[in-house]
Amino acid sequence: MTRRPSEDPPEATTAEASGDTSRQQTLSAPDATTPAAPGISYLHERLTARLAPAARVWLDRALHEAAAHPRSHGPISVWELRIAEAGRRCGPEFADTARVLILHAARADTDALARVYRQGTADERRAVLHALPHLVPGPEALPLVEDALRTNDTRLVAAAVGPYAARHLDTHNWRHAILKCLFTGVPVEAVADLPRRARADAELARMLADYAAERTAADRPVPEDLHRVLALTGQLPTGAPPPAGPDTPASPSPSGKDS
Amino acid sequence: MRIFDPHIHMTSRTTDDYEAMYTAGVRAVVEPSFWLGQPRTSPASFFDYFDSLLGWEPFRAAQYGIAHHCTLALNPKEANDPRCRPVLDELPRYLVKDHVVAVGEIGYDAMTPAEDTALATQLQLAADHDLPALVHTPHRDKLAGLRRTLDVVRESALPVERVLIDHLNETTVKEAKDSGCWLGFSVYPDTKMDEERMVAILQEYGPEQVLVNSAADWGRSDPLKTRRVGDAMLNAGFTDEDVDGVLWGNPVAFYGLSGRLNLDVAGTAATHEGNSVLRGGE
Repeated sequence: MTRRPSEDPPEATTAEASGDTSRQQTLSAPDATTPAAPGISYLHERLTARLAPAARVWLDRALHEAAAHPRSHGPISVWELRIAEAGRRCGPEFADTARVLILHAARADTDALARVYRQGTADERRAVLHALPHLVPGPEALPLVEDALRTNDTRLVAAAVGPYAARHLDTHNWRHAILKCLFTGVPVEAVADLPRRARADAELARMLADYAAERTAADRPVPEDLHRVLALTGQLPTGAPPPAGPDTPASPSPSGKDS
Repeated sequence: MRIFDPHIHMTSRTTDDYEAMYTAGVRAVVEPSFWLGQPRTSPASFFDYFDSLLGWEPFRAAQYGIAHHCTLALNPKEANDPRCRPVLDELPRYLVKDHVVAVGEIGYDAMTPAEDTALATQLQLAADHDLPALVHTPHRDKLAGLRRTLDVVRESALPVERVLIDHLNETTVKEAKDSGCWLGFSVYPDTKMDEERMVAILQEYGPEQVLVNSAADWGRSDPLKTRRVGDAMLNAGFTDEDVDGVLWGNPVAFYGLSGRLNLDVAGTAATHEGNSVLRGGE
């Protein structure tokens, strides 16, 4: 049978998603326990320090243009063009942060963010998701998070469960997002504010226990992250496998891959 | 043997193909937008397709250690349907994207006036966006189609050095080479070109500016044909350097004209800096 990356990504997916998490941690504010996203000035400072000189000049110009001309002129605004080309100008590893900074400089509102997301590549969509906690105080951008959670692109799923989702995603969709992370091999470190939202969530604990039972019945390993989240709920459903302690190392889950 | 397949429709292929391609040495592909077998009836279905070539497909390729780029265009066949023509108006917002390395496939199918317009318009779009162009030659009436294609290219703002003429064969290679364009050959199980004929053409015309692709799609085709050509070249006495030039160097040089080629698959997959897990098998 053909291996399906949709549900059972090979090793690389897990590693990749793990990579995303590392990057988020790299760029995170020192106090990682708060759900707040790292500040824009912090991101700017860090990115500037690491960019090559030509990329730094490009970024400065792009931010200046975005701040000066936030509205569209012609079919596509200049800052949206800069968003599109950020990968080749700054290098793919810096594109997420550069795009977040440009969206911020352009003071992109929910409509603009939705447009950039809808018309964006997967990379641009991910940057929009990262920008949400900086730019949208209310829940009105949730449709973008929900769209990303419907994909099977682990980079988008990991970006969708950031601080904005922690703040606004309703309980049902949030629980399914956690299950999706376990299914697709996105490490739960990517989930912002996980301990607070998981605490005393008996329904989440039930879903986790059912998933563990399904895996066990199929003679497949239960993701280590599942035990970790189950422990965070503080619930011990009857018949559930004994949860590991909270200190269990959250190595990339061996689940979610078939080979 | 490292291989860059410069023309393959991975949307139509399975993950088994990705695995087999990686095992055969394929590390990079370019996926031109094309006809899906079932004609589309609205621009929106093109946009979903383009989005897939800029989203899901590169993600899928990265899972198997393969860097994925695409070329975007309104293909000649569907350029004849007035319902699809508004795609041309939306192409500019797509041609600025990071993973787009050329305008294509453009060219002729039945050599209609609508195809004339679409070809000329999209050659201009390539020039405007500083992109090269991948130009398909027609399946029917090929030599006449090539001559008409070259006429339109020469009248365009795009220099011939930024044009790849694809699906060439024994009857069209000489005029295409004389034009100064890059030369593309699609190696198929039955039609177009096979590996032995490909080697004969390389012996006669040399490996300079020649790109070999599988053009694998939903039809009878083989995504490992690039590797077969490499093996056939070695058997015929070509050097490793010759093979590397045709199967890697030439496609890198041509699509590199876009300034957007990124062959670091970890970078392509937009993972964090330094992640080399996907390259661990090399």
